[in-house]
Amino acid sequence: MSEQADQRVQPTDEERVEMLETMLRIREFESRMRDNFADAEIPGFLHLYIGQEAMATGVCQVLEDRDYLTSTHRGHGHCVARGLDTARMAAEIYGKETGYCNGKGGSMHIADVEAGMLGANGIVAGGVPIATGAALSSKMRGTDQVAVAFFGDGALSEGAFHESFNQAAIWDLPLIGIVENNQYGEMSGIDEQHPPSTHDDLTIYGEPYGAHREQVDGMDVEAVYDAAARAVERARHGEGPSLVECVGYRFEGHHEGDSEFYRDDGEYEHWKSKDPVETYPERLIDEGVLTADEWAAMQADVETELDEAIEFARESPMPDPQQAYEGLYVDGGDHR
Amino acid sequence: MSLASRETEEMAVRDVINQTLDEEMERDERVFIQGIDVHGRGGTSNILKGLDEKYGRERVRNTPISEVSIVGSALGAAATGMRPVVEIMYCGFLGVAGDQLLNQVAKMRYMFGGKLDLPLVIRTKNVMGANAAAQHSQALHHWLAAIPGLKVVCTSTPEDTKGLLKAAIRSNDPIMLFEHGSVYNETGQVPVEDYTFEIGEAAVEREGEDVTVVATQAQLWNALEAAEQLGEEGISVEVVNPRTISPLDTETIAASARKTGRCVVVDDTPLSYGTQSQIAADVSEEAFFDLDFPVQRLGIPDVPTPFSPSLENEILVDTDDIVDAILTLA
Repeated sequence: MSEQADQRVQPTDEERVEMLETMLRIREFESRMRDNFADAEIPGFLHLYIGQEAMATGVCQVLEDRDYLTSTHRGHGHCVARGLDTARMAAEIYGKETGYCNGKGGSMHIADVEAGMLGANGIVAGGVPIATGAALSSKMRGTDQVAVAFFGDGALSEGAFHESFNQAAIWDLPLIGIVENNQYGEMSGIDEQHPPSTHDDLTIYGEPYGAHREQVDGMDVEAVYDAAARAVERARHGEGPSLVECVGYRFEGHHEGDSEFYRDDGEYEHWKSKDPVETYPERLIDEGVLTADEWAAMQADVETELDEAIEFARESPMPDPQQAYEGLYVDGGDHR
Repeated sequence: MSLASRETEEMAVRDVINQTLDEEMERDERVFIQGIDVHGRGGTSNILKGLDEKYGRERVRNTPISEVSIVGSALGAAATGMRPVVEIMYCGFLGVAGDQLLNQVAKMRYMFGGKLDLPLVIRTKNVMGANAAAQHSQALHHWLAAIPGLKVVCTSTPEDTKGLLKAAIRSNDPIMLFEHGSVYNETGQVPVEDYTFEIGEAAVEREGEDVTVVATQAQLWNALEAAEQLGEEGISVEVVNPRTISPLDTETIAASARKTGRCVVVDDTPLSYGTQSQIAADVSEEAFFDLDFPVQRLGIPDVPTPFSPSLENEILVDTDDIVDAILTLA
C-alpha cells in the first residue's frame, strides 16, 4: 500500500474556489474543442482531458510559478491548470499563427517554456526524462524549483519512466511523477498493461526507487491537492522523488472519434457519478464556501472567456507558409 | 586559417578534447558533463581524466547505464538554464536513446515555435578498425544527420577538434559531435589561443588542382596520406574536410569539385544511404557541368562490421583504396 498521509494539507477557501474555476475552465475548453472538432473546424486529432480535471488542477494549485512541468498527448488540462492563456491554446489547436507554437505544434505539443511548461508530448513517457533534467538543473543551480511530470498509467511500462526515476532517486532530484490512471492505455485496460500485483496500487512502480508514494482519488481535487502538496514540499527540501497515482476516469475516448468499444456496461455511469465538475460545486455550496449565485456567475464568466478564446482562434490568420522553414535552429542554417 | 602567424603547440586529439572541455568548464559554470563512468575512468576512452578532480562529481556526473535518461535529462537541463555535454560511449549506443534523440532533442525547438534555446552537446565516437565487432564498431553520423533539428559535427584533427568542440559548447542549438576512435592519438599543431570554427563550414585541408577528395575523420588522415603519395607522382590532390555533416557546406565542397573536375568522397559510413551519397548528390547537382567523371564514393560495403581482423580489413577503406580511386579518375 501507499504510504499514509501524515497530516492532511487543506486548501484555503479561496484556493478551493480557484480550483473549482480551473476545473470548470478545463471542462468548458475541452467541451468546445470536442464540439468544434466534430464540426471539422480543427485539423488533426484530439485527446481530451474531460473527466480528469481534478488531477491537473489539484497538482498545479500547489506549484509556484517558478516550478516546471511536462505533460502528455492529453495535455490541454495541464496547460489550463498551469495558467496558460486559453485563447493562445485554442489558436494553437486550430493551427494558427497566434498559437503558443505559431501553429507548429498543435494539440499534442503546446508549450510555454517561459512559464515553466516544458511541453505536452506525443510520446508516452517522453516528457519524464525532460522533467528529470529540469529537476537536475534546479538542483545544480541551487534553487528550490521542483519539476512535475504528468503521465498516464501506460507510461509506467516505458523504459523512460524507469530510467528517469532510477536516476532521480540516485541523485535525490526534486521530481514528482503524477500517474494519471484513467483506466486505459489507449484502448486497452490495465489487465493488458500491467501485472496483477500492481493493479491495486500503481505507485508500486516507484518502490524500488525509494520514491515517496501516495495513491489518491483522482476525482477528488482536494485529495490530489493534499498528496501533491506533500510531494512538492518533500522535493523542495531535498527529500527526493515522489510518485502519486490519481485514480480516475476519462469520459471521452482515447481520441475524438474513438468508438469506445472497450467500456463495460455501467462503467461510464459509475464514474460519471464522481464527476468533479458536477460534485465539487455542490460540495462548496453545501459547505457555504460559494453561493449558488456565485457559481452561476463563475460559469457565465468562464463561458464568456472561452467563447472569446474560440473566436480569437477562428479569426487568427494561418501561418505564412514560409514559416515552415523557420525556427529549427537558433544560429541560422534553418533550411538547406 | 593560417597557422603561420599564431602560437601553436603539438597536441594529440585526445588531449585537445580534455583541454577544451576544461577551458569551457572554467569559462562557464553552467557547462557540465554527464555520462557513464565519466568520473574516475574519464569516460570510455579515458579522455576526461582529471576533470573530475578539478570540477567534482557535481559537474562531472556519473550516470546509471541509462541512455534514455542520460540524453533526456540533459535535454531538460539544457532547456532550463544549464549547458550539458553528454558522453555516449559508442555511437551504437545512440540507438538506446532513440526517442529522446529523434522525437525530443531534434524536434523540441521547432515544434514549440522556435522559442527556446537548447545548448546541448552529445559527444560520441565512431569506431572502425579496432576489432570491436558490429555493435561497438560503426560510424553513424549519417543516421543522425538524416533527422532535421540535429546539427551533426565530425571532428578529425587536433585543430578542428578544439575549434568545433568550443563552437558546439557555445552554440544554443543541440549538437551531435562525433569523434573517431582511430584519430584520438593523432597529433598536430593546435593554436594556443581561444578560437571557434563555424558550425556548417568546411575546410580545404590541402590545396590541389587535379582531383578533389572529400574525407572525414580517419579517412581524412588516409586521404592526406594518399595526396602526399600521389603528389610525388605528379598528381595534385585537393582534400576537403566537411567538418559539419549537417548542415553541410555544399558551397565549399562543390567549389573544389568545379575547380578540379573530379571528386572522390570517402567516409566510414555504409555506402548505401551514407554520407558519401548525400555529398555525391550535392556535388552532382551543383557542379555537374564542370565534372569530367561521375563522383566516386568510398565507404563501408553494406554489412555490419565483422570482428575477425581478416574480415574487418576486407571491408575497411584504407589509403591504397583512396589512391586507386583517384588513379581511376586522374
